[in-house]
Amino acid sequence: MTDNHFTIEIDGKEVRAEPGQMLIEVTDETGHYVPRFCYHHKLTVAANCRMCLVEVEKAAKPLPACATPVMNGMKVHTRSQLALEAQKSVMEFLLINHPLDCPICDQGGECELQDLAMGYGRDVSRYQEKKRVVNDKNIGPLVRTDMTRCIHCTRCVRFGEEIAGLRELGATGRGEFMEIGTYIEKSMTSELSGNVIDLCPVGALTSKPFRYSARTWEMTQRGGIAAHDAVGSNIHFHVKGDRVKRVVPAENEAINEIWLSDRDRFSYEGLYSDARLTTPMLKDNGSWREVDWETAFDFVKDKLGAIIAGRGADKIGALVSPSATSEELYLAQKFMRGLGSNNIDHRLRQTDFSDQDVAPAYPGLGLSIPEIEQLNSALIVGGFPRKDQPIINHRLRKAVLAGAGVMVVNPIDFDFNYDLTHKCIASSAKLGNELAAILKVAAGRTGKDAGSRQLRARVRPGKRHKDIADALIRADRSAVFIGSLAASHPQLSLLRYLSGTLAEYTDSSFGYSGDGANSAGAWLVGAVPHRMPGAGNIRAGGLNVDDMLRNRMAGYLLLNAEPEFDFFDGKLARDAISAADCVVSITGYRTKAAEDYADVLLPMALYAENEGSYLNIEGRQQSFTAVVSPLGEARPAWKILRVLANKFELPGFNHAEIGDIQKELPDAVEDNQSGNMGAWQAPEAIETGDDALYRIGYIPMNSVDAMVRHAPALQQTVDVADGAAHINSAMATRLGVAGQESIEVAGQDAGVKLPLNIDDSVADDCVLIHGAHINTGKLGPLIGVVSITRA
Amino acid sequence: MSKRLSRRLRAEIDRWLAKFPPDQKQSAVLAALREAQHENRGYLTTELMDAVADYLEMPRIAVYEVASFYSMLETRHCGRHSVSVCTNISCMLRGAYEIVDHIEKKLGVKTGETTEDNRIYLKEEEECLAACCGAPMMMVDHRYYENLTTELVDEVLDGLD
Repeated sequence: MTDNHFTIEIDGKEVRAEPGQMLIEVTDETGHYVPRFCYHHKLTVAANCRMCLVEVEKAAKPLPACATPVMNGMKVHTRSQLALEAQKSVMEFLLINHPLDCPICDQGGECELQDLAMGYGRDVSRYQEKKRVVNDKNIGPLVRTDMTRCIHCTRCVRFGEEIAGLRELGATGRGEFMEIGTYIEKSMTSELSGNVIDLCPVGALTSKPFRYSARTWEMTQRGGIAAHDAVGSNIHFHVKGDRVKRVVPAENEAINEIWLSDRDRFSYEGLYSDARLTTPMLKDNGSWREVDWETAFDFVKDKLGAIIAGRGADKIGALVSPSATSEELYLAQKFMRGLGSNNIDHRLRQTDFSDQDVAPAYPGLGLSIPEIEQLNSALIVGGFPRKDQPIINHRLRKAVLAGAGVMVVNPIDFDFNYDLTHKCIASSAKLGNELAAILKVAAGRTGKDAGSRQLRARVRPGKRHKDIADALIRADRSAVFIGSLAASHPQLSLLRYLSGTLAEYTDSSFGYSGDGANSAGAWLVGAVPHRMPGAGNIRAGGLNVDDMLRNRMAGYLLLNAEPEFDFFDGKLARDAISAADCVVSITGYRTKAAEDYADVLLPMALYAENEGSYLNIEGRQQSFTAVVSPLGEARPAWKILRVLANKFELPGFNHAEIGDIQKELPDAVEDNQSGNMGAWQAPEAIETGDDALYRIGYIPMNSVDAMVRHAPALQQTVDVADGAAHINSAMATRLGVAGQESIEVAGQDAGVKLPLNIDDSVADDCVLIHGAHINTGKLGPLIGVVSITRA
Repeated sequence: MSKRLSRRLRAEIDRWLAKFPPDQKQSAVLAALREAQHENRGYLTTELMDAVADYLEMPRIAVYEVASFYSMLETRHCGRHSVSVCTNISCMLRGAYEIVDHIEKKLGVKTGETTEDNRIYLKEEEECLAACCGAPMMMVDHRYYENLTTELVDEVLDGLD
């Protein structure tokens, strides 16, 4: 033993090993393959399949490599006669109850059992008795079970406990009657549940939407980037016959490790929705007709040209999705600015823009994704990363398991998959007060004061505020994150000021969890009214999304944005856009609503059909190419925008390929973290927070964008907007609606009858009514005052 | 929310909890399930298991795993009296299967079933209840009867209400 290293011998070759390592880790490093089913490098060791038996000299019998710690001088034989015989015998036991249904099994061709049976199994089974049969369970819309195939490796069970943080599957019964399942009929609710499909070494857990639609060897694997949160998980598309058949994670330790959220795994179904728009369409005297691209472009040129000539280019506004690619967003702003209008915005679910001039070049996480694991303390302001950015939450959870404390300031006591150390659950109107109270403690403890004194004057910190401030101060590495709910908050600038200042006082990093897949990219390439590409402020900037809707533009250009679902105020958006002279929608879907408000629908390539790049929330640029052809006549949006610009004879639009645009894109700022801590103006004073009833328009993970809303399996999960009003039981009594089935909820100028759901996780003075639901759009703002009466 | 456990049951579980470190409440799960089963006349329901899980702050599935693993815990409805006959090696050599056959015939049920009048639950064959010197043996409501003969079996079973 030298410098705390062991030297061991594997199949006659001397190798170095670390004390505490298991044998299988060393053999994996050195490339001596040892067969295994239950061992997985991301999970704890169970040692229950016994497939990895190897011969160790001086040991009386073969030892499982996954559960045998290395010892100095150990001599191991992985392919000796004893080892091979042991492995062969285990294989025979494992195959006893396994059905011979490989020809109709989806796992066939990528099955670990099949592969190892080829390598280690006998040709003929000696087992003559009856095989075990296990009834299949329905565990939800995403994962299909064929439990007769299960070999009881328990990877899925350990995954639930160790990674998903939610024990949903278990091994019930004993001996021959042991079964993996949920015991009671129950759907899996973990946002990471699809990963058990990858972990299952046999065909017991397979993808339900993919079932029977292709064989593994018929598909080709191509890389891509997930498009539904700002993490930018790396993925593989599996393609057959120019169609995406399924999506699996691609390993990237720096981002998603080997995991993928269910939203990113199953959203591909949205590509093949019946609602896909496949040809350009025009509205002529109220009726829609399909046209060719040339006609569509001429129509747009005439209509928008007339508005520019008659009322000015500043009467046109572009509303673009924060999940569009950097190239699309760059061309969209270049097109708008070429026409003479700065009216472009991607912040569709934001309403407070008052501090936008001092905002950083782009909102960033404030640290890298792996660095989250190193945190000792983290405060989340207005957000639910478990569902909003499952991969970020997974890292937070790893930090918690290593001893870190996660704290929240939220209007809803969300169900995290780890224990929160402290929480401030308060009405939306009072989140600022909660933060100010924490800030006051932090200022007192650290002696720092950056002009926040007035703000703190009237707040009275309680125990929870002291605890949170102390935890942030004490921690070696701490962070404050602004979540997706805070981003839609009417006092975003106040929350940002308070959170940012708190981070400064407590020496924490400060960052955003991001909206859509590319909000960072959108900022950087100038898809905001007050910034040029590269983040230079414009003196006379254009209108933000709110002003574009309130001031009623004559023409709107929509890029993958649905007014009724994707905006802070669905009613305002719908009304303003419906009333415009010309609405050009570059979109993936033909919907009833779009037929009503739009004048021309231009079909765009989505996701796997598209090429471009995303800037994730760490500021990491990731490019991807198209892996299938766009459906029908659909075209990549960057091409649509380029041709549109050519129609208007704007200079600088002769990009022949995506690379030509990428050359023009500004570089991501290497260190944007200091930029996150903007020189924000402290507001004069903090309102005490009124006692009015506030709607919280949280958007469940599988309702966030058009593609997931058109993915059928995801729409059957629990994580979709439910169109109900959730209030806590005390509020129900106070409002006199306890025991009612449904209630009348009134927004500013419209009311709607919604089913009532008593939910004690909702703060007082708040009603949780999900956004992005067909019945709740009329209520207006995602966060705003509403009233409730008996229906 | 789950069903609430009775006051007596909670007190009993608390008594067991006191024997373990506060962060290892699941250590009391076997005792809790045994008591819950006893209070529910011999078997566990999903609601009861959920209530125990919530009380001990365990994942519900973890309680189902325990309850379905141990043969002394019943997860299906069964009769008032529990009769289990050992058929492990010593008892088998001393005629345990004749005893099982006799009981099955007498009660008109197979092992694992309950009589129609809900009086007697004949458990699956037991694997050694540690009374080999008195083989063959059976256990009726936690009481051991050894050196069984069909006459003794009749006497015991007929004596049950």
